[in-house]
Amino acid sequence: MNEDIRLRIAERAARELHAGEVVNLGIGIPNLIPGMLEEDTEVYLHTENGLLGVGPRPLAGEFDPDLIDAAKQPVTALAGASYFDSATSFAMIRGGHLDVAVLGALEVSAAGDIANWAVPGKDVLGVGGAMDLVVGARRVIVTMTATSSRGEPKVVAECTYPLTAAGVVDVIVTELSVFRRIDGQLHLTELLDGATLDDVAAVTTAPYLVSLEESHAR
Amino acid sequence: MHGVISAEEAVAHVRSGDTVMVGGFGLVGAPLTLLDALVEHSDATDLTIVSNNIGEPGRGLGKLLRQGRIRRGISSYFTSNPEAVAAVNEGRIEATLVPQGTFAEAIRAGGAGIGGFYTPVGAGTLLAEGKEERVIRGVPHILEEPIRADVSLVYAARADELGNLWYRRTARNFNPLMASAARVTIAEAGEVVPVGALEPESVVTPHLYVDHLVERV
Repeated sequence: MNEDIRLRIAERAARELHAGEVVNLGIGIPNLIPGMLEEDTEVYLHTENGLLGVGPRPLAGEFDPDLIDAAKQPVTALAGASYFDSATSFAMIRGGHLDVAVLGALEVSAAGDIANWAVPGKDVLGVGGAMDLVVGARRVIVTMTATSSRGEPKVVAECTYPLTAAGVVDVIVTELSVFRRIDGQLHLTELLDGATLDDVAAVTTAPYLVSLEESHAR
Repeated sequence: MHGVISAEEAVAHVRSGDTVMVGGFGLVGAPLTLLDALVEHSDATDLTIVSNNIGEPGRGLGKLLRQGRIRRGISSYFTSNPEAVAAVNEGRIEATLVPQGTFAEAIRAGGAGIGGFYTPVGAGTLLAEGKEERVIRGVPHILEEPIRADVSLVYAARADELGNLWYRRTARNFNPLMASAARVTIAEAGEVVPVGALEPESVVTPHLYVDHLVERV
């Protein structure tokens, strides 16, 4: 995937986060978000393997083998951080104590269903914390390209891949647009980087309303 | 607690056909000295392994996998070891995939004497197949049963001679849960300190959960 597109999606998704929120970032595009946050947007990053207060990647030579994130990459811990076991970590997630989960997806439907863990015909052997996160987080933001590598739409009427959970997605950020699910309906609220309504319509099979907001435009 | 023993003595507690819990998130917090002893000094086979991952190729549980001694894995993420994925696809091991939070909570329940719990996680998905579903306050939930083991192998950075355990950073993960959920719990410690050297408030796993201690090599 084009790195510029990934960075643009992450940059727009970063603006969905508010100061003081507790946020869990999935693997891939969401992991680019820490570098995109504006200085006054201090969020607390949670990683499900047992840390609240994830800091930047360590400098070379300062890697601590006991300190990783859920992607199994080395991280640091910020002042004010805490460590906990996995049951406590997922109790935080399931119990609604996380403000936001940002994660990638294979497909999202108009009803907010998400498929992001299994592809039919391939190995269905890794789910990790995906199901817990999308069910438990108060707000679920999906960052993904508008189409798959084969050019197929990813914002769809109904998911065809196995579901991670039904009716849980609140916001979808692609390189073309932002969708929000409001009162059970999908709304196209913003066009990004010069995309047109026709550009979005051409790659979206989900039904949606057009409710463009000016507030997020830059 | 029966004191500090060698890794070789410790793994003699694992018998063929046993269910064995192994702590760690990937290799972080995994009891690598105990796993190496299991590979080198034990013939126990036909094992059911309860661990978030099945090691990495040739590392941690990945060694035991190569020896063909794992019959079944209960895990949230087999995918981190491609050899485990291949073993499942070739029918050499049976896989039970569990969402990570459900996995952790089922082990916690197993150690806490809870007969199961209803969770919304997984409801309406492939992983709900065969599980009782119940709508609670308007939300579909599925019934998950507790997980227990014959033997738990856990890692803690520090233990005192009674078996109180202190974990370091994200190496804690599943270890305290697994320490509570087995008939025999063996803790590998990075360092064994005298009784009284751990602040009582810093003890995460009180010694009553721990049967044997092994020092990390």
